[in-house]
Amino acid sequence: MTIGLGHYLVVAACLFTLGIFGIFLNRKNVIVILLSIELMLLAVNINFVAFSHFNGDLVGQVFALFVLTVAAAESAIGLAIMVVYFRNRGSIAVEDINMMKG
Amino acid sequence: MIDSTVLSVVMPELILALGAIALLMIGVFTKDGEAAGRTVSWLAIIVLVIAGVAVFEQTGTASVFNGAFVSDSFTRFLKIVILVGGALTLLMTFDNFGRAKLLLFEYPVLVLLATLGMLMMVSANDLIALYLGLELQSLALYVIAAFKRDDVRSSEAGLKYFVLGALSSGMLLYGASILYGVTGSTSYATIASAVSLPQMTTNVGLTFGLVFVLVGIAFKIAAVPFHMWTPDVYQGAPTPVTAFFAGAPKIAAMALLLRFTQAALPAVASQWQQIIIFISIASMGLGAFAAIGQNNIKRLLAYSSIGHVGFALVGLAANSAEGTAGVLIYLAIYVAMTLGAFACVLSMRRGDRYVENISDLAGLARSDLTFATILALLMFSFAGIPPLAGFWAKWYVFLPAIKAGLYPLSVIGMIASVISAYYYLRIVKIMFFDEPAEAFAPREGRTFAVMALSAVFTVIFVLPFVGGAVVDAASAAAAVLVPGHAL
Repeated sequence: MTIGLGHYLVVAACLFTLGIFGIFLNRKNVIVILLSIELMLLAVNINFVAFSHFNGDLVGQVFALFVLTVAAAESAIGLAIMVVYFRNRGSIAVEDINMMKG
Repeated sequence: MIDSTVLSVVMPELILALGAIALLMIGVFTKDGEAAGRTVSWLAIIVLVIAGVAVFEQTGTASVFNGAFVSDSFTRFLKIVILVGGALTLLMTFDNFGRAKLLLFEYPVLVLLATLGMLMMVSANDLIALYLGLELQSLALYVIAAFKRDDVRSSEAGLKYFVLGALSSGMLLYGASILYGVTGSTSYATIASAVSLPQMTTNVGLTFGLVFVLVGIAFKIAAVPFHMWTPDVYQGAPTPVTAFFAGAPKIAAMALLLRFTQAALPAVASQWQQIIIFISIASMGLGAFAAIGQNNIKRLLAYSSIGHVGFALVGLAANSAEGTAGVLIYLAIYVAMTLGAFACVLSMRRGDRYVENISDLAGLARSDLTFATILALLMFSFAGIPPLAGFWAKWYVFLPAIKAGLYPLSVIGMIASVISAYYYLRIVKIMFFDEPAEAFAPREGRTFAVMALSAVFTVIFVLPFVGGAVVDAASAAAAVLVPGHAL
């Protein structure tokens, strides 16, 4: 059996769905949310590289490199905000992020 | 060697980028923290004004970087609105941040970077440019939402905004990757020609990608059902930051939505129109009902902004040159009113303490009639009472919708507008007829100037040389995007 475009897309779709579920079903810890976001972006990268290869067009791989770079900046900022939050609240449990409601 | 025409097309962005770098240096090498914050804030306002002048200097239509970045009358209209909004919100930060010991030089630099991202979003004509602009804007905004580092609400606002913003960026990217796979290109022009092929109208992948990208953008403009971050972030972030959030970033994200739908996907308009109509109705409905029970004025304005996004989307749902012009007019008027409303919130101060509850406004008319009158005018304008600007904003989005035959959408919009008038008028009633609460501290010059300017704008919009100028500029801008006669 040859591995075709469809296989890559299915893997990417599974990873992406896992990422989204990781954000919404997780009740424990904000770090897990950061991991899930990273998972989503990597799923997108698989998509881009697979399409790029099978369409014979390089732009998708360039896009994937941009996504990697921005993802690094994004997690740096996310971790920084989380540290600030932990200093104020003393916890990063998801159910404790509830100061404002309504 | 860079072509000089490229430089002239990206001049406003270059000014902001170099300005941000230079201001960062000035801030770092100034010894006194507060003096650095004050100087850099003023310099940032000057940089924004210079960038605005550079936008004014541009003429015609040009596209550079292989068509990824365009400059035309559409981008110029929105860039001017964004730069004016950014400069005026910076002007309102001095007094509030000075009291909160937050007058740091990082804030204006981050605002400049966010504004640079917004200008890129407005000019983006390629999925890569779209993503980079959007992220530059979002990353700077996450930081300034959590800018009050020792305050648990502000850092919670930053955390919530970050998580949901990153989720929406992921959705948008996933959609972009599918669109790229289906059409074989990231350029709007190539996508548009690929989508116009007859076999594409039934392509499931295209619909999938379109929906994911629209979900991502709906998060950024805070349209229902992707609005849940808005009230918390607006309430938790420091008020000058909220004023910034409510204006410029929404304009940029709406610009992105307009260009993406109308320049890249005009061939599948019937598909995205359904989605736009749904989120428009949902946003108008939620904006009308959820704000009724609010006691915190920042939260009320958050729900009100969700409602206004719904009204603006009515124009896009019409999918005509007139409708697009209506959206642009709505955005310009919305920014003007919102800036004034937040200037009023920033003037609600007793001693050194800022208050945010609606009950704090009780009987304001007896202690400060000017303030009460200005806020009342803005509330009437928000509610859409003629002849104020807010009425004309709604007029120019509902008229094209009715011409396009979208009767149910228009009727629901009108009903939502009437319901939302309740909570705007309630504020007027509290200010003019309730027993007076303790009076506010004296108003401050810069903040008062913004709210007076905003109130005057809402009143004189009906004059031809004000409203007419805005309408003409918006029509010219919309004509670039949608062929056809506008207004």
